Amino acid sequence: MFTAERIADKKDWIQGETGDWEIILGLEVHAQVASNSKLFSRAATEYGAEPNTQVSLVDAGMPGMLPVINKYCVEQAVRTGLGLNAQINLFSRFDRKNYFYVDLPQGYQISQFEYPIVGEGEIDVLPIDADGHPGEVVTVGIERLHLEQDAGKSVHDLSPDETYVDLNRSGVALMEIVSKPDMRSPEEASAYVEKLRGIVRALGTCDGDMEKGNLRADVNVSVRRPGGELGTRCEIKNVNSMRFIRQAINYEARRQIEIIEAGGTIDQETRLFDSVKGETRSMRSKEDAHDYRYFPDPDLLPLKLEQSFVDGIKASLPEMPDARKARFMAEYSLPEYDARILTADKVKADFFESVAKGRDAKIASNWTMGELFGALNKSGAELSDSPVSADMLGGLIDRIADKTISGKIAKAVFEKMFAGEGSADDIIEKDGLKQVTDMGAIEKLVDDALAANPAQVEKAKENPKLLGFFVGQVMKASQGKANPQAVNEILRRKLNS
Amino acid sequence: MSDLTKLTLAGALDGMAKGEFSSVELTQAHIEACTAGKKLNAFITDTHDLAREQAAASDARRAKGEAGLLEGAPLGVKDLFCTEGVRTTACSKILGEFTPPYESSVTANMKADGMVMLGKLNLDEFAMGSSNETSAYGPVINPWRKGTDLVPGGSSGGSASAVAADMCLGATATDTGGSIRQPASFTGTVGIKPTYGRCSRWGTVAFASSLDQAGPIAKTVEDAAILLESMAGYDPKDSTSLNADVPRWRDSVGQSVKGLRIGIPKEYTIDGMPAEIQSLWDQGVEWMKEAGAEIVPITLPHTKYALPAYYIVAPAEASSNLARYDGMRYGLRVDGDNLDDTYEKTRAAGFGAEVQRRIMIGTYVLSAGYYDAYYLRAQKVRTRIVEDFKTAWESCDAILTPTCPSAAFPVGRKVNDPITMYLNDIFTVTTNLAGLPGISVPAGLDKDGLPLGLQIIGRALDEDTVFKAAGALEKAAGFTAKPETWWI
Repeated sequence: MFTAERIADKKDWIQGETGDWEIILGLEVHAQVASNSKLFSRAATEYGAEPNTQVSLVDAGMPGMLPVINKYCVEQAVRTGLGLNAQINLFSRFDRKNYFYVDLPQGYQISQFEYPIVGEGEIDVLPIDADGHPGEVVTVGIERLHLEQDAGKSVHDLSPDETYVDLNRSGVALMEIVSKPDMRSPEEASAYVEKLRGIVRALGTCDGDMEKGNLRADVNVSVRRPGGELGTRCEIKNVNSMRFIRQAINYEARRQIEIIEAGGTIDQETRLFDSVKGETRSMRSKEDAHDYRYFPDPDLLPLKLEQSFVDGIKASLPEMPDARKARFMAEYSLPEYDARILTADKVKADFFESVAKGRDAKIASNWTMGELFGALNKSGAELSDSPVSADMLGGLIDRIADKTISGKIAKAVFEKMFAGEGSADDIIEKDGLKQVTDMGAIEKLVDDALAANPAQVEKAKENPKLLGFFVGQVMKASQGKANPQAVNEILRRKLNS
Repeated sequence: MSDLTKLTLAGALDGMAKGEFSSVELTQAHIEACTAGKKLNAFITDTHDLAREQAAASDARRAKGEAGLLEGAPLGVKDLFCTEGVRTTACSKILGEFTPPYESSVTANMKADGMVMLGKLNLDEFAMGSSNETSAYGPVINPWRKGTDLVPGGSSGGSASAVAADMCLGATATDTGGSIRQPASFTGTVGIKPTYGRCSRWGTVAFASSLDQAGPIAKTVEDAAILLESMAGYDPKDSTSLNADVPRWRDSVGQSVKGLRIGIPKEYTIDGMPAEIQSLWDQGVEWMKEAGAEIVPITLPHTKYALPAYYIVAPAEASSNLARYDGMRYGLRVDGDNLDDTYEKTRAAGFGAEVQRRIMIGTYVLSAGYYDAYYLRAQKVRTRIVEDFKTAWESCDAILTPTCPSAAFPVGRKVNDPITMYLNDIFTVTTNLAGLPGISVPAGLDKDGLPLGLQIIGRALDEDTVFKAAGALEKAAGFTAKPETWWI
């Protein structure tokens, strides 16, 4: 039985009519194994294929068809287990979970019930509040990770009275990662999923794409008086974004508190999150719950792993997000915030490291996180589809470093790069943006500006703060290309003389 | 020409090799026998045109010097093996006119070895039964007769009946609790269930996956050895397939059993067993002794729990294996008011009473609250039975027992009495639970002139010894009786 010893931070307590409450959260995350073929068949797993074109005889539950375990998927489960600092079970077993549904051709799902491939582990997560402020690090226990088959997809909206079934997903390998009930706030829960996603992406065992449903969470929510007796939990199925996870928990916790405070009791049930209305609603009650009649699948032998197999995988593990964050702070002297954001996702971290290579790390981080992530965010594109590659961004930073362009001009160049107009050098060349560093030319521009505004010169001599006026004039005259430092220097010299 | 059907498989292969007759001639003779034998209801799907084509192709191969192990031999296939382009029913209405686009590994092996397929053979629905009376295609009649129609045993009743009536030179069968050996015993034929994992289960409709094993029913021990050699072999598509060499087992048949230690388990003497079965068993002991074997009394103490354990494990697995027959993708569908109603109507109409009974038993024993008391306990019994045999092998090399507690019984006598029916498997289920090879050899006739078989059980993967002992038993018994051909 689960216990939940940690009491939530007071700031995460929910004030009810009758006092304070805390939320107890446990998550079951389904992560699709990034494998080209299914868990027990050779059918392809490519996303978005024509319906029922990636279905083997096994996936369709044809008579006499037998499952054969996909070794690659087993390796990915072990890799993930190691990434979660978890116990790898050298003996595990596949069981059948029996129930009838149109998208379950065999009439059972092959899963691991009693003996999962991965046992207990733990990861540290850092909840971030709505304003982006990090809270205290929370250690979340991993109860287990097991391998199982996905079901097919039922399509109810093609016809008013018929259901269509697409079996492309039938048999695709999933890792179900079950946490302990160690989270106490919506932020902790979404930070946990974010952390998991970072880990599986770093490992390459799951692409973590929540929009495609390749990573989705079932959230178990209950409430109790802070530190009190555990309440009855409800499970919210298939929540598929970080924001929805927080919304669903907020709604559900308040729903439960209202019921209890009104003298009611919580029914243990499975609920659905309606992302349009932002609420959860009942899907099935405990009474309707299936008796899955789990038993060992007699078509499969127990999965026995050699320690050397596990050790081999361990030796090939990439750097994990936590270690990478620490290294970014040490090696690149990045602030915690930058390091955290960059290492939350392997793609981001890799991108940053190629930009930073041989360049000023803080400037690389600023440009990556500020300009690039901002522009991507605005355009809704993923980093992997970024029109500005790491090399291109690096090239731009190089031109700032060698004073070919100013930081300000660089922002304009970046915008054009992002719009697909070519490399920084191309744009600088084409638009004639090269910074004027010829001191003679700048001095001439300064002299012109001073001569044109004699009254301002007098004032500026009295009040050095008015220097800016002349900087503006000079920059304007140079169409922004004059090196601002040089302009300042020359102006200061002339006005002080 | 009709006496070609009296040949053994070995004899027929020899005759074709010597050019005495062609596969086309041999096949034609068997097609005629099949046609004449319709009353027995052994074949439910005839593939005679296909057989003629295969025979002609086989003769052409032989002419080029490319003769396989079963080259040109007309055989029958139990309708539990999926056959590409040929309707496969498991003798259940629920599969309807299901025609697989794939070939089972076992029949694919046999095709590659030159088999000519005469048709698909009747069986108990989903191989659940011991009399071939649960078939949706009607009961199979035993060619052996005593005043009234007798059952051929089951579930491979069609296979046994067809071989006994000389309609084919041999047939594929499957054995989950005795479904090869009991029909062989009832029909005076030889049937072997090899070690679990010898024959691939891929493409064979599943009954109880941890117990199901294919094997042949044949006219002689040698024929059984030839057929099994073709059927067996490692198959990466079946995770429980054994990666072990397939020896030329026919070479074991006829080898001396001198010095072989034959175990006689005391627990196989059961109450109510006919005296003539006990005396046949005693006779078998004498025969083996005379052949030079050493007789060793052994004990298999958990035997009495085998049948109850079997009737928990097998239905449990079946309840899950048969879940795929839901009317959604192939086979029968009876539309209802909603999804659940469609499931219920389809499965109520598609499955016969015995299959429904076993699905319900299986569902029950796996249910929350009952799993430990039934399924888990049965698995523990299974472990004990495996250990019993392990201990026995310390003092013996093979075990001799009766195959069944009775001879063939009249059609209709036990069909409504499941417990009595289940008792047919009492001597055979132990080898399924332990995964061991077991063969039934016809050893004599009872007072009514009906055949009775004796069973040899061997160590896992030691079919060599099983065939050796079975060959000696066959030779000593000199069983040559054939049923009168009343059905023609």
